[in-house]
Amino acid sequence: MAEPGTRIVTATWDDPEVFGFDGYRAAGGYEGLRAALGMSAAEVIDVVKSSGLRGRGGAGFPTGVKWSFVPQDTEKPTYVVANFDESEPGTFNNREIVEREPHRFLEGVAIAAYAVQSHTAFVYCRGEFLWPGRILGDAIADAYANGVLGDSVLGSGYRLDVVLHRGAGAYICGEETALLSSLEGYRGQPRLRPPFPAVEGLYASPTVINNVETLANVPSIMTRGAEWFAAIGTEKSPGTKIFSVSGKVERPGNYELPMGTPLRTLLEEHAGGVLGGKRLKAWTPGGSSTPMLTDEHLDVGLDFESVAAAGSLLGTGAIIVMDETDCIVEAVRRLVAFYAHESCGKCTPCREGTWWVSRVLARIEQGYGRAEDLPLLDELGRNILFKAFCALADGAVSPIQSSLAHFRDEYERHVAEHRCPFTGGGPGLGSEPVPSEVVA
Amino acid sequence: MTDVLSPELRAEAQAITSRYPSGRERSAILPLLYLVQSVEGRVTQEGLREVGQILGITTAEVEAVASFYTMLRLRPTGAHVVSVCTNLSCALRGANDVLGAALEAAEITEGEEVSPDERITVHEEECLGACDAAPVIQIDFANHDRVTPDRVRELVASLRAGEVPEPSKGEAPEDFRDASRILAGLDGDRGERA
Repeated sequence: MAEPGTRIVTATWDDPEVFGFDGYRAAGGYEGLRAALGMSAAEVIDVVKSSGLRGRGGAGFPTGVKWSFVPQDTEKPTYVVANFDESEPGTFNNREIVEREPHRFLEGVAIAAYAVQSHTAFVYCRGEFLWPGRILGDAIADAYANGVLGDSVLGSGYRLDVVLHRGAGAYICGEETALLSSLEGYRGQPRLRPPFPAVEGLYASPTVINNVETLANVPSIMTRGAEWFAAIGTEKSPGTKIFSVSGKVERPGNYELPMGTPLRTLLEEHAGGVLGGKRLKAWTPGGSSTPMLTDEHLDVGLDFESVAAAGSLLGTGAIIVMDETDCIVEAVRRLVAFYAHESCGKCTPCREGTWWVSRVLARIEQGYGRAEDLPLLDELGRNILFKAFCALADGAVSPIQSSLAHFRDEYERHVAEHRCPFTGGGPGLGSEPVPSEVVA
Repeated sequence: MTDVLSPELRAEAQAITSRYPSGRERSAILPLLYLVQSVEGRVTQEGLREVGQILGITTAEVEAVASFYTMLRLRPTGAHVVSVCTNLSCALRGANDVLGAALEAAEITEGEEVSPDERITVHEEECLGACDAAPVIQIDFANHDRVTPDRVRELVASLRAGEVPEPSKGEAPEDFRDASRILAGLDGDRGERA
């Protein structure tokens, strides 16, 4: 195990010079790409495979394996699409990667493209990221001007174009097949898999889709080697993760730590503990679509396996912290309202179910809950989970089922007392005005 | 009826479609919709029709796409769009009060989206991916971090007075139309940026 302070993606963030092309180059940037260009494409894939790097966008699929699924000797063009549609609630590490060091990410894009012999890469940038998108546009222009992109990447004769494509406000486009639909100029609705994008993705051509953080890890793997990377973190979840910490903590922010670091370390040593010294009530390990955990899970290691063993998912590594004064029912209502808003409408369980649950939660929060509402929520959760086309619906069920499992007594108090027990209880969700929607 | 896209903008539209592989011009639909939005401050039926004309698809097909995405405004919209995140991380830091203050300062009544002076649209936003700065709002997609109800009142007041407040990071678009032009990818003429 490498020393605890190991940072990969954020290693040079303290140096403001790495923001620009020259500074990034001076700090050793684009040497990973140069190393890759000195190998065959298959060798690059082998290095990334043996590093054990897994996708940071939520699913944790091994990156090198994903690349190896792209068929060789295809007649069709091959595409790389970088997923910068960061919008899982609580997640903000992709944005900071691009704002701080856009070239590290672009270098990862170029290495991935070379590995699958693609000559066109797209960056799907979330529309609301107006400023990060402009940073990226400038970085792409600088990379062309300096011979890192274009007809002969670093003088190698390998040609690569990178196109910045901006989304227009739709959470579902972070789902890879919905993203492809959107990039092709359609509504962002998910598609059936198989065929998987590696075989039939963008324009029905072989396509690799990777998250920004995943790609930003690749340059260091090329310069420092697969073994170096694999020694960081845990055996099955190698490397680091940039944890986005928000909500009721003293120091919200992005913290890059080795995979497997316990929440207690992240929360207490890095994020400054729970805001105002209050007690931790609930937290999400990987954004709003991962089941909530509680203060009983402070020592869970933040890696794919340990979080799964605790009954949740590492997801995007977005830790949203709620304290003892925050109302779980209102928190879950707000999250489910998000999924209801962002449901693409394709599948009935998701489209109707998320809306229905958000209404039931609203009436419980407003003091109109009924005893039969809790079994109703259980049943609705079961009827949404795994019954829709993509994972958006499953994400909506996570806060519902996990909160009912860990905080059922809080729901019961709302129903029994005909009010939210947290209203007027100081700053936090509990003191917020009740939702204005009609309670039926 | 005058065209939404002038001959100059039609040339820019061609430049936008040429970013995508030949035969895949439909991929340019979002930037083209941003382009017509940059002219009219929203997307009108005529704008939809002209995008369809450029791409060789029907107005209905364009509308089917445009209506899917919240950043394309098919309804009347103020000169500035104030987006207030009220998702969980921001709500935990008081975003509901920020939203209330923004609506009140813009004098937007319940059920309305645009202020009576047509200067401002207040839009309740989903997570903006800036939860370290909660509660966060955007004015024409430029971020304002850690806002309080008082701060949002000041920001709305300056917009109503015709000023564009300095964002927490980067450079503010002049208004929603200008932001749409940037989103169409036509911001190469802006020179040096911090």
